[in-house]
Amino acid sequence: MTEVTGTTWNVYDANTLTQAEIYGRVLCDLAEADPRIVALTADLANSTKIGVFQEKFPERVFNVGIAEQDLFGIAAGMAKSGLLPFVSTMSAFASMRALEQVRTDICYQNLDVKIIATHGGVSFGQAGTTHHCTEDIAIQRSLANMCLIVPADGWETANAVRAAVQRPGPVYIRLGRGFEPTHYENDDYGFEIGKAVTITEGTDITVIACGVAVYHAAEAAKLLKDQDGIGVRVLDVHTIKPIDEEAILKAVTETRRILCVEEHNVIGGLGSAVADVIAASGKGCAFAKSGLPDCYSEVGYPEDLYSHYCIDGDGIVGLVRELLHREFEADEDWEDEF
Amino acid sequence: MPLSAADIKKLESKARQLRCDMIDITVWSGGAHIGGSLSMADVLTALYYHYLNVRPEEPDWPDRDRFVLSKGHGGLGLSAALADKGYFDRELLHDFNHFKSPFGMHLDGNKVLGVDASTGSLGHGLPMSVGMALGARFQQQTWRTYCLLGDGECNEGSVWEAAMAAHHYKVDTLTAFVDRNQMMIDGRTEDIMSLEPLAEKWKAFGWEVHEIDGHDFAQIGEAIEGAQAMKGVPTVVICNTIKGKGVDFMEDDVKWHYGSIDSELAARAKTSIMGGAS
Repeated sequence: MTEVTGTTWNVYDANTLTQAEIYGRVLCDLAEADPRIVALTADLANSTKIGVFQEKFPERVFNVGIAEQDLFGIAAGMAKSGLLPFVSTMSAFASMRALEQVRTDICYQNLDVKIIATHGGVSFGQAGTTHHCTEDIAIQRSLANMCLIVPADGWETANAVRAAVQRPGPVYIRLGRGFEPTHYENDDYGFEIGKAVTITEGTDITVIACGVAVYHAAEAAKLLKDQDGIGVRVLDVHTIKPIDEEAILKAVTETRRILCVEEHNVIGGLGSAVADVIAASGKGCAFAKSGLPDCYSEVGYPEDLYSHYCIDGDGIVGLVRELLHREFEADEDWEDEF
Repeated sequence: MPLSAADIKKLESKARQLRCDMIDITVWSGGAHIGGSLSMADVLTALYYHYLNVRPEEPDWPDRDRFVLSKGHGGLGLSAALADKGYFDRELLHDFNHFKSPFGMHLDGNKVLGVDASTGSLGHGLPMSVGMALGARFQQQTWRTYCLLGDGECNEGSVWEAAMAAHHYKVDTLTAFVDRNQMMIDGRTEDIMSLEPLAEKWKAFGWEVHEIDGHDFAQIGEAIEGAQAMKGVPTVVICNTIKGKGVDFMEDDVKWHYGSIDSELAARAKTSIMGGAS
């Protein structure tokens, strides 16, 4: 297995490159060192931005046409033969059109296939619901053996792709369309699969976010601090599975109010994963989930949709203020148990 | 080199033995996919006892030929062959279908030695086989990939996605077999969802097509050797077979797609199978 440590990626302008473009560049670097790496797509080489990889390694790209079931089956067969396939297609197709191949061919056989699912959530806003995907976190986290990462931005995508190579077994990395704002300033902030990143410290409430919601949560935290004097802890829970139980329970104990924000249906996603952890712990806290309220998404620019579904800065500010006033039964012995 | 008369005699004898083993496992399991396992038994025998380059003592040998049982419900037949080849102790098959057994009706490659792909859901084996064959070529390895499909399975769209890709990528190290026993669970293939003209369909997808009697070892051997010599295109061998082949009371009867038998019926079945021994 190739050793990839620290920053090996040498194209640094995360502000002008989309997440998927960054994926393509990082994959090029990784492929230089690891001859097992091949890239597959289903007529979305351009949309999923593996063009740069294709230019550099034309013989290592397999574009199987518009045939996603075949795409994931072929990837499984390649992994069986000793290759390390990176498969990129839109998340709607990776999670729904070809779900059974992802589940049965890849996860059940526990194969080393890395899935780059682009256009997650409502990031392809104007394309409408067929090209949105607000179910994939729920779907993918229910697949045994699957590791599920929702990077906050391009920097985190680079980290996630590198980490995926090091991790045996299937990994699903959910990206946006590429026009999302960037939160991190570089990739050197200690990314580790399964470990949440604390974006801001605070003890009044915790906002747990993934994907583009991380940027918006950080914006909201800043505004709430400036305007209301509220200390908001923001956690970037980029790995939905395996989830960072320790960071979640620490937040429950120390802030006692949890708001989860994601570009996904509120059923089954990050919020549900966090709720599972809290419920199993026996701790009570004020808890809310923000995302799509179990509906099919509207059409529009992503930023308008984020606003509509309260996953932008203003929306999160409103939800935090509301949750701060919600009453709940606190357990007096909490502190002792940690 | 074409199979000799002696080769064929040996294979016929082995196929009878494997069919009897399948009957035993069906009794032990309480119920199994006996009909389709019997129909594919001769192709399976030709592969495992003559053509597949495998090492049962080293199941993960990287240069072995791969065999993907895309009609995963034939796991009964495959497990009989793998046990006989020595991948594992035949006694383990007493647990077939039982609680926590490694042997379910559809074999799990992570639990059963010698199983190159976990299959069961139809339409998955051919895409995986295309990936294996591409992987071998990419790594400049010369092993071949063989994939056995059911005929009803060819209703699945993913079979044809893979058929298109195999031709596009010119994977001539891939050989597919269709166990054309004319039956699926609910009845005859041509009544439920017609497949004919099946050979023309594969030809139209760019494959080299052989249509043979899937119970005639000379024809099976000739088709496999033709596939091995073929350059630039994948080959499919449409094996015309009889569901339940070898057991008189099961032959060409859809009710034996899946069934259970007691020791009395098993004895009758074996007598029927061995009756063809002369």
